[in-house]
Amino acid sequence: MYMVRTLMAVAASGMLAAGQTGLPAAAPAPAVRIAAAADLKFALDDIAARLAKRQPAIRVQSTYGSSGVMHAQLRQRAPYDVFLSADIDYPRDLVSRGIGSDHDLFTYATGRIVVWVPASSALPVERDGLRALAGARRIAIANPRHAPYGKAAEAALRNAGVWTAVSPRLVLGENVAQAAQFVQSAAADAGIIAKSLAVAPAMRHAGRFWDVPPDTYPTLTQGGLILPWAISREAAVHFRDYLLSDEGRQVLASYGFGAPGR
Amino acid sequence: MDWVAVGLTLKLAGLTTLILGVVGLPLAYWLATTTRAWRPLVDAAVAVPLLLPPTVLGFYVLMGTGPNSTIGRLYSRVFDGTIPFSFAGILAASVLYNLPFAVRPFAAGFAAVDRRLLEAARCLGASGFRTFLEVVLPLSWPAVLAGLVLAFAHTVGEFGVVLMVGGNIPGVTRTIALAIYDDVQALDYAGANEASAVLLVFAVSVLAVTYSLQRRTLPL
Repeated sequence: MYMVRTLMAVAASGMLAAGQTGLPAAAPAPAVRIAAAADLKFALDDIAARLAKRQPAIRVQSTYGSSGVMHAQLRQRAPYDVFLSADIDYPRDLVSRGIGSDHDLFTYATGRIVVWVPASSALPVERDGLRALAGARRIAIANPRHAPYGKAAEAALRNAGVWTAVSPRLVLGENVAQAAQFVQSAAADAGIIAKSLAVAPAMRHAGRFWDVPPDTYPTLTQGGLILPWAISREAAVHFRDYLLSDEGRQVLASYGFGAPGR
Repeated sequence: MDWVAVGLTLKLAGLTTLILGVVGLPLAYWLATTTRAWRPLVDAAVAVPLLLPPTVLGFYVLMGTGPNSTIGRLYSRVFDGTIPFSFAGILAASVLYNLPFAVRPFAAGFAAVDRRLLEAARCLGASGFRTFLEVVLPLSWPAVLAGLVLAFAHTVGEFGVVLMVGGNIPGVTRTIALAIYDDVQALDYAGANEASAVLLVFAVSVLAVTYSLQRRTLPL
């Protein structure tokens, strides 16, 4: 059903584009369909709400998931207008495969990681940082093989010299949100998760966290792409410009994201 | 090809099937023969995993057996460790999740046995257990076999429950389904294809052998 509607919408927008003399006034409010990384869950809802106040004509419709899965779906022309990946490599790979153009590739934030423990935990993370994890029985991280936040967690653990001690006790989440869930449910004693999730309402009051120094892990450059089959390219561009505006960046910063690097 | 994951998966599926045989056969026999008014409730409870999404079931198992739960506290007092992220944890979740896949075919097979034969056996002095062993089981073995094979095959292909409860630890909770998913996520499509092909050939041969063993059609 959704596919049918999408196809009809694509066809309709194609007809509008072909005959510019059509009836643009009768066109419905354009929706921007976003395929977003799981770490954006809370920040993007906020951004969408602010954008809706500013430009009521633009409706944002977000789907959250793993960047790798969305990359595979977009290679098969999944019906999204904008891809917001946790890792610039995924949209870059799409462009190299001829999906989207270099001009539509952008970076919007830098991911940060924190060590998170439940409020009742006795682990001295504030004092000892990553070394405190030597006293944890189970430590949750995202899978370092494919999840960007997992790769960052592994690098930070190696940098702190605790990797060999800690690695037999790691449990791997499919993505960083699942790693957060493992530790929030207290099934794991500690987790290395995205700061954007640690400051989210559901987790902020349930535990404490310690910022892992950003110079101890590779930069998590979060990148996006406007897809060539966007229903309303204009609306998609509006959304991207708002995301990259000062206001958009401030919202992202308040959710624990760093400024986008170059 | 991740052979450790293959071995672990076969171990998980084999033990799940074994436990479901031990627990499921008496449960199914009870369901097929009882006249108690609350039987439909037990029937419904057995069938619940059919309609709950696996990840949701896994989430409940994770929350219900963690260190803060009653079950989790009891477990950590007896054994050193937690139920989530252990082999015992994914085995327990697996048994729960596969209950309907074993019990429903069993019960259907038992219910199809002519009640007059059971009554004749009892009248001739056979105990309930002996009647089950010597009359019911020989008449309903294709259904029992179908239930066991379904539970085994279904465990091999299980993903959501193990993902939620297991924590993807190599040699402990990383089954072949998780290894394939990891390959796909890491864009190693060749590795994923290879493992999937092995899984597919395995599944088709197990099912083909089972079906060829049966003279009757499956009571599913």
